[in-house]
Amino acid sequence: MQYFKTALAAAAATAIFAGAALAQSKPQEIKIGIATFLSGPASVFGVPARAAAEMIAEDLNKKGGIGGVPVKLSFIDEGAGGEALVSNYRRMVQDEKVDATFAAISSGSCNQLVPVAEDLKVMNFMWDCGAASILETKKYRYNFRTQANGTPEMLAVLIYLLKTKPDFKTIAVVNQDYAWGRESWEIFSTALKAMKPDVQVVAELFPKFGAPDYSTEVSRLLALRPDVVLTTAWGGDLDTLVRQAGQRGLLQQSTFVLGIGESSIQRLGKDLPEGLIVGARGDHWFLHPEKKNDRAFKAFNEEFKAKTGAWPIYPVYHMAQAFKALQTAYDKAIKANGGNWPTREQVVDATAGTEFATGFGRPVKLRPEDNQGLEAQLVGVTKSFPGYDFKLLDNMMIFDPKVITNPAGVRSVEWLKTLKPEFAKMDVPTFKQ
Amino acid sequence: MNSTLAILAVLDGISYAALVFLVSVGLSLIFGVLRVVNVAHGSLYAFGAYLAATFSIKVAPVSPWLTYPALLAASIVIGVVCGGFIERFLLRPLYGRDDVLQLLITFAAFMIMDNLQRLIWGVQPIFAAEPLKLLPNVTVFGVNYTSYQVILLPVVALATLFGLRYFLRRTLAGAVILAVTEDREASTSIGIDARRVYFATFIIGASLAALGGALASPTTSLVPGMGADMIVLSFAVAATAGLGQIEGAALTALMIGLTRAFIIYLQPEFEVLVPYLLMVLVLLVRPFGLFGAVHVRKI
Repeated sequence: MQYFKTALAAAAATAIFAGAALAQSKPQEIKIGIATFLSGPASVFGVPARAAAEMIAEDLNKKGGIGGVPVKLSFIDEGAGGEALVSNYRRMVQDEKVDATFAAISSGSCNQLVPVAEDLKVMNFMWDCGAASILETKKYRYNFRTQANGTPEMLAVLIYLLKTKPDFKTIAVVNQDYAWGRESWEIFSTALKAMKPDVQVVAELFPKFGAPDYSTEVSRLLALRPDVVLTTAWGGDLDTLVRQAGQRGLLQQSTFVLGIGESSIQRLGKDLPEGLIVGARGDHWFLHPEKKNDRAFKAFNEEFKAKTGAWPIYPVYHMAQAFKALQTAYDKAIKANGGNWPTREQVVDATAGTEFATGFGRPVKLRPEDNQGLEAQLVGVTKSFPGYDFKLLDNMMIFDPKVITNPAGVRSVEWLKTLKPEFAKMDVPTFKQ
Repeated sequence: MNSTLAILAVLDGISYAALVFLVSVGLSLIFGVLRVVNVAHGSLYAFGAYLAATFSIKVAPVSPWLTYPALLAASIVIGVVCGGFIERFLLRPLYGRDDVLQLLITFAAFMIMDNLQRLIWGVQPIFAAEPLKLLPNVTVFGVNYTSYQVILLPVVALATLFGLRYFLRRTLAGAVILAVTEDREASTSIGIDARRVYFATFIIGASLAALGGALASPTTSLVPGMGADMIVLSFAVAATAGLGQIEGAALTALMIGLTRAFIIYLQPEFEVLVPYLLMVLVLLVRPFGLFGAVHVRKI
């Protein structure tokens, strides 16, 4: 009898809670707040990403939205920076009452906004920022990174270099003087020291972010003649460096590694020679070897090209990943809630550990231990192909994220120090263009 | 550092100094005559660069050599249109009023032009290297240099320096400008139209800023925000030289260029600090800059 009473009480309690969940009415729209660069040099990423977000939202709404509810976007400019960015973010969450946020591109912005999102209890997807440390130092409930961090991105590039140019003896680095330039070199050099300790670093150059001239750096590298030159610069800085180096023969003298160069390939056009190693911050390439014949992938790329005049670059695909993660989480939460509209907390619960696939690359899994996305990495080498007025990627390797991402709970740099030379000998599938 | 590297560093330093001088001399000229600290100078530099690239891209298919006159044409267009507009409609109503107002109005112009730049040319980097590719490379101790950077830019910088000196000291128009600079009231009383002098000087200064941008455009990517970076550097040069000092701007640009180049070879970590360290050191010893003079206030 006692057992029966307990069971009855439990059933009643379940009914009450379930009733509360059932009472969650379907909203008229899902509001998404997006932080992206709409001004400043990083708008080369932020503006295409906004175009992608608008395109994806429009397509999504045409198909009925998420769980039958249309999405509505609002944007804030990361270029505002500092307190203005935080104020705008708070306004978006508290006044506009967005249901989820995608923030942000810059790791500096993510460092600022992640604690705010946690404080405001709003689900936030770090959709493009790469600093590994953000999710290594604290466990968050409301913050997820829907792509990789800098560690696998740099490690993939290094392993590609070690596999394709195993005999190099000297290396120089030319990175932008800010957080990403410094952190990416720390990751790369730590792993290099662990896997190929005999390599000599002959120059570490960190010109000012946004520097208009690299002549002196190019002269020094021409005089030093390093076997390899690494740069993780991006945007106009990378374009300037590559063009100035090319005009003076440096690209022909040393093997250049462009850590995140995928986003500059189209702009550099014929000025980019063959034989440069290029990373893509994920397995992002508009001619992805495993997806290039996929109808939906081709349609997305062509629609984006028609809208903006250029093929998608990695921030575009990162934006698509954030949308897909949100859609997957909502679908999962709705299903878990018996088909009823979920609460925000139920959506957050459903997001942890979820796996989603945009169809534009390999699936991404959000690691439940630290909410870090496990995203494959594509690296290739530049080569001319008929029909394109810019170089394409050839001999592409796609790296398994589970192998090249530091384990949850272990700091990136500490993990990289434990790598052995054999690590670079892993089997990685290679694809021709 | 051996002598070979030292020579390479000197070449790099001269090339960089030439560009820095071309950009900062306009700022110095405008301050020297109008006593206006023109924050919009960086935007004029950026507009000059973007318009020069636009012109170059248009004329290059006709003849690549037309890109050179295109650079000059872009500078003049920006100087006359943008410079003329700023002076006539934004600054002229504020002459004789608090200096802070001039600073604010040129800052507002800078912000507006920064947004206009994005609206007109977008956010993707633009590169128009045709003028640079036309000239051959020169090889020094086995290191390639573009003659555009190590020969053409320094020659243009020297021509600008001596041309300005000649104009201001050997021509009637220059004498008129110097008279207004020295004493506006006295020059007005002898029949000089100070308004026209201010207008013309501002246009020349704006054209020089645009020329700096135009000449830089074949060597660098044009991106949003490029004007802001350049205005900071130009202020450092102008302040170190002494505001309004044209020869001082040339010498300071050379000091900054050479020190920066040697630092990159020896201690690259300090590259970013060079212009500002030099500025602080000079201003600690000479608060009015290297060539600035103490002005006696008239009561």
